[in-house]
Amino acid sequence: MSAVTQTTPAAAEAAPEREWRPPSYWPFVVPALVVVLAVIVFPWLFTIWMSLNQWKVGSPTTFVGLANYVRLPSDPRFVEAVGHTILYTALSVLLPLIFGTLAAVVFHAKFPGRGFLRGIFIMPMMATPVAIALVWTMMFHPQLGVLNYLLSLVGLPPQLWVFHPGTVIPSLVLVETWQWTPLVMLIVLGGLAAIPTEPYESAQIDGAGVWQMFRYITLPLITPFLFIAGMIRMIDAVKSFDIIFAITQGGPGSASETINLYLYSVAFIYYDLGYGSAIAVVFFLLIVAMAAMMLHLRQRTLWTEIGGGA
Amino acid sequence: MSLRQILGKIGLWFAVFVIVSPAILFFLWMASLSLKFEVDNAAYPPVFFPERIAWKNYADVLASNRFLTYFVNSLIVTGSATGLAMLVGVPAGYGIARMAAHKSAIVILIARITPGLSYLIPLFLLFQWLGLLGTLVPQIIIHLVVTVPIVIWIMIGYFETTPLELEEAALIDGATRWQVFRHVALPIARPGLAVAFILAVIFSWNNFVFGIVLAGRETRTLPVAVYNMISFDQLSWGPLAAAALIVTFPVLLLTVLAQRQIVAGLTAGAVKGG
Repeated sequence: MSAVTQTTPAAAEAAPEREWRPPSYWPFVVPALVVVLAVIVFPWLFTIWMSLNQWKVGSPTTFVGLANYVRLPSDPRFVEAVGHTILYTALSVLLPLIFGTLAAVVFHAKFPGRGFLRGIFIMPMMATPVAIALVWTMMFHPQLGVLNYLLSLVGLPPQLWVFHPGTVIPSLVLVETWQWTPLVMLIVLGGLAAIPTEPYESAQIDGAGVWQMFRYITLPLITPFLFIAGMIRMIDAVKSFDIIFAITQGGPGSASETINLYLYSVAFIYYDLGYGSAIAVVFFLLIVAMAAMMLHLRQRTLWTEIGGGA
Repeated sequence: MSLRQILGKIGLWFAVFVIVSPAILFFLWMASLSLKFEVDNAAYPPVFFPERIAWKNYADVLASNRFLTYFVNSLIVTGSATGLAMLVGVPAGYGIARMAAHKSAIVILIARITPGLSYLIPLFLLFQWLGLLGTLVPQIIIHLVVTVPIVIWIMIGYFETTPLELEEAALIDGATRWQVFRHVALPIARPGLAVAFILAVIFSWNNFVFGIVLAGRETRTLPVAVYNMISFDQLSWGPLAAAALIVTFPVLLLTVLAQRQIVAGLTAGAVKGG
């Protein structure tokens, strides 16, 4: 092996040197580049263009500049949707992070059937969202649902769950948490696997308890992974659509209408494509801003090391 | 084994039980709902194990010829979108890894961040203009938004870890770059291919948002068909739950069988479509 690598530069100084230049790999990338340009980059650019137009299906389009964007802050439904999105996202990041970390600590232990049980544990996030939303809707049913029955077993009063404006967002977050805790668990589990055993050994000698070891050794060392998990969770939660749409359609009233749901209504129920595009652009910028903000909380190297470079 | 160790063991199994039970109980309840007659599904307190099992729910769902159409639609859309994504995405992942063009991966990251709906508006217009609505083509194309980034992302990761020495040796022996890719790099990356393929299939199969806008009566995929059952099929829970379970069963099976690949893929890039 070493003979080969040593003779390569020596034996063929000039020609292969040039042949090794990156551009020769372009033919591999071109087909994907065409696809990405067509189905990903073109929609981005076209959305920006549409957002500058009055563009309704069935009526002529006119260029209106930034009028669609100006309309946003004074649209009460949009402002309300932003509030719902922030609440929904905050809860859907925090709860899976907490439960996912606990689950990861448990799954880090060695026990028979660990792989199989891990497979079971990640089933909620791989299952078809619409299918599980359907079953959750049945479980939320105030009279016949199994959740109210379970509450009655522990002596709690029945709830209206997704059928009451006050409880609809927490109820949806319950589904989201159930669904996405496994992803946090997997990421944190990766972090736990990377921790060396020495700190624990010396801590044990020093007489540290289980909680102290978790608090002062495990937690600091898995923080980068928690951060990555939180970031991914935030990006997904803010865009959450299937679960909310299939369970409540944004209701009751508009109590669970997030930006994404409102965007759907504007674009594909009212067919106001220009305004919808403006919402899409602002929504995208909002996600990027939130992601950038989180990135700045941590050094960039972390992201490229663990998330981006993988 | 000391008492302390035994207690630790019991505690561990208790913790495992608590953690896994929400998933297990949910899917068992789903199965229970799908196997009960209306009387049992409407009973309070709820019946977990019915006296009579309603296999009829499954028979009803499978017997409706629409369902078969939707199943075939799902197969075509997911199959084509995954196949095309592998076709263009695997070489692209190889090219990007070998060129060390890490900056190009940013496009993939941004695609990952972009909400699925913002692809829908322009592509919906484009398909309308091309007269493609009413066929499966729009859905196949838009599912590429999900599958292509997954495949490229995972393959970059895999090709970066495969050894260069073999490829260099093959090049010196006069192989073309394509031959090196085909006969040296690709066979080594087979585990990566499996990961990319499985995840692309699952996320395409599960996709819902593209279908509700682009699918007509004849072109629905299974998730869209199940959603439409809620709105039109009154409130009979048994057949609904049966349909939901049929839709998601292939994915659940794949998850348990290929959990190692799925975990590897998800933790490598933590990709998710949509």
